[in-house]
Amino acid sequence: MPSPPLLALHGVCKRFGVIEVLDDIELEIHAGQVVALLGDNGAGKSTLVKVISGVSPADKGSIEWEGRAVHIRRPHDARDLGIAAVYQDLALCGNLDVVGNLFLGQEIRRLGFLDEVEMERRTRGLLDRLTRGIPDLRAPVVSLSSGQRQTVAIARSLLGDPRVLLLDEPTAALGFEQTGEVLDLVDQLRDRGLGVLLISHNMGDIKALADRAAVLRLGRNNGFFDVNTSSQEQIISSITGATENVPRRTASQEAGW
Amino acid sequence: MVKGTRDTADTTRSEPTPPGAGAGRPHRRRAVARAAERAIAYLRRKLRAGELGSLPVVLVLAAVWITFQSLNSNFLSPRNLSNLSVDIVGTGLIAVGIVFVLLLGELDLSVGSISGLAAAAFAVLNVNHGVPEWLAVIIAVLAGTLAGTVQGFSVARTRVPAFVVTLAGLLTWNGLMLYILGTSGTVNLDENGLVAKLTSYYFTNDAAAYGLAAIASGMVFLVSYQDMRRRKAVGMPHRSLRWITVRTGVVAVVAFAAAYLLNRFQGLPLALLIFLVMVAGLDVLLRRTHYGRQVYALGGSMEAARRASLSVTRVQTAVLAVSGTMAAIGGLFLASRITSVSQGSGSGVLLVNAIAAAVIGGTSLFGGRGTTWSAVLGMLIIQSIASGMAITDTPTAVQFIITGGVLFAAVLIDSLSRRSQQARGRA
Repeated sequence: MPSPPLLALHGVCKRFGVIEVLDDIELEIHAGQVVALLGDNGAGKSTLVKVISGVSPADKGSIEWEGRAVHIRRPHDARDLGIAAVYQDLALCGNLDVVGNLFLGQEIRRLGFLDEVEMERRTRGLLDRLTRGIPDLRAPVVSLSSGQRQTVAIARSLLGDPRVLLLDEPTAALGFEQTGEVLDLVDQLRDRGLGVLLISHNMGDIKALADRAAVLRLGRNNGFFDVNTSSQEQIISSITGATENVPRRTASQEAGW
Repeated sequence: MVKGTRDTADTTRSEPTPPGAGAGRPHRRRAVARAAERAIAYLRRKLRAGELGSLPVVLVLAAVWITFQSLNSNFLSPRNLSNLSVDIVGTGLIAVGIVFVLLLGELDLSVGSISGLAAAAFAVLNVNHGVPEWLAVIIAVLAGTLAGTVQGFSVARTRVPAFVVTLAGLLTWNGLMLYILGTSGTVNLDENGLVAKLTSYYFTNDAAAYGLAAIASGMVFLVSYQDMRRRKAVGMPHRSLRWITVRTGVVAVVAFAAAYLLNRFQGLPLALLIFLVMVAGLDVLLRRTHYGRQVYALGGSMEAARRASLSVTRVQTAVLAVSGTMAAIGGLFLASRITSVSQGSGSGVLLVNAIAAAVIGGTSLFGGRGTTWSAVLGMLIIQSIASGMAITDTPTAVQFIITGGVLFAAVLIDSLSRRSQQARGRA
């Protein structure tokens, strides 16, 4: 059997009050693979991202990291494992500048004080790799364009050299050129051996980028697909629920592909 | 802070000098014109970006001073300005605590009552029960810290807006103060005691005020210079030496002018020294430490802060603890100024003035923007208006109306600059 997946979820449940948002979810993310997470609005995609990143921990189920069971109860736990997330709403502090946002919660200190020079130097280095148009690093993030903000959010997620990256609709707010930039970046990250979970509504992006696709419907798994061999129609009918009765594959079956 | 000036400076520097610009005057004149152009462009950019900083506040202060000076030539006398510098301290210290709370986007309504409670606790312990002054001071300040901590923890745990929790606090602490004072009503402090000295002691030696001015200017220069050297060493954009010199020069001119004026009356007031040191220290805490960054982050977006694994509970509790502590310290200074504590301590316009000072000085009501220095600037404006009205025999009614107008203008500027920032971001 090949090496265990970087991250595996088994039977994950999450409920808000009486509403079961996630029910018995299975998911695997392997190193060097892009997994697309698909589903209609309200299918539980963003909730699943928050479960994995520790923002709203799972009620039930187990999470395995490289084959050993782990608990993710706080954002801190996920970060320590090497999981980084870019949220749909970006979760940036508009009043802080680019450097402040990148290092929020993990500031570099020198003699007890913030080391702005070192933080700015690293920010510059990181953004240089990501994008051509580096925004003004000392401008409050609220004054940047949405594309620039997206870049800042992605840069922040890459700061701690994560091994699994969760991207919640990273291209939804972007123009044509910037979308291309982000997709190129995801491609690069995969080549560097990261496991990427990509939420997107754009089937074109997914066809171009993803290796596998996992479909959620109404908080449950509704099929796993190999993007290269499955047709677009198959995947879409699974998203819309036309093929509701697709037998759900168990984790062991999934490992077989 | 280092902001966008650098890139403007860079672009202008890289412009080729027109051939045959020649030596001497035409060249210099062109350089001056270019510098002026650059300054105007910079201001316009800042205006559009909604980052005016403290410029409008300084302009308003200048306008207030010029107006009253033209009405009564005693207004800018060393004596009046020296008194002004002591009068701002009590409420100013409370306003510094308010700045912390405003940075979270919250409001603390209990600071007036806490200041009264601390003053009453000190007076009753020291005068009525004979507790040594230093111990009574510590207990009084800790009482403020405790009151703030309790409120902060309640806010963080119940997620009830701070203004509601502190409104309950306002009544509770005020009741506690009346209970402590009991039937005695007014307690007079020892005229020669430690607390009375807080606002009555002056460093009569001229060297004190000038020394403070020199240290302040020196610090400004050293910090900027060090920053420039480190940036240069790793090849990052940095300020020019000329910019640092000009900045230090401005600080030095203001500091030495103030020192000169203070020395022409009774010298550097102890109260002013304590105030400035505390404001500067808390400014460093807010802008240069991990703790301060958390406060700003929480004021910017609580959800983003939570996802960056900041401890929201701890920060909220700590901020209200700071504001309670500052309220207690401010209360002691207010009691010191009149050397007595009465049932009216900490009531009246004190709370309104403290909040108004922070907002007028440029701290945003929406959270996330502002510095402790805004408490100093705002307090200077409020107290200048009060002092000017007293000197020109204007009724208090007019003073309230004018202060209210200034506060309204400040809130207007705050919300406009916030909107223009967001509008720019949408583009």
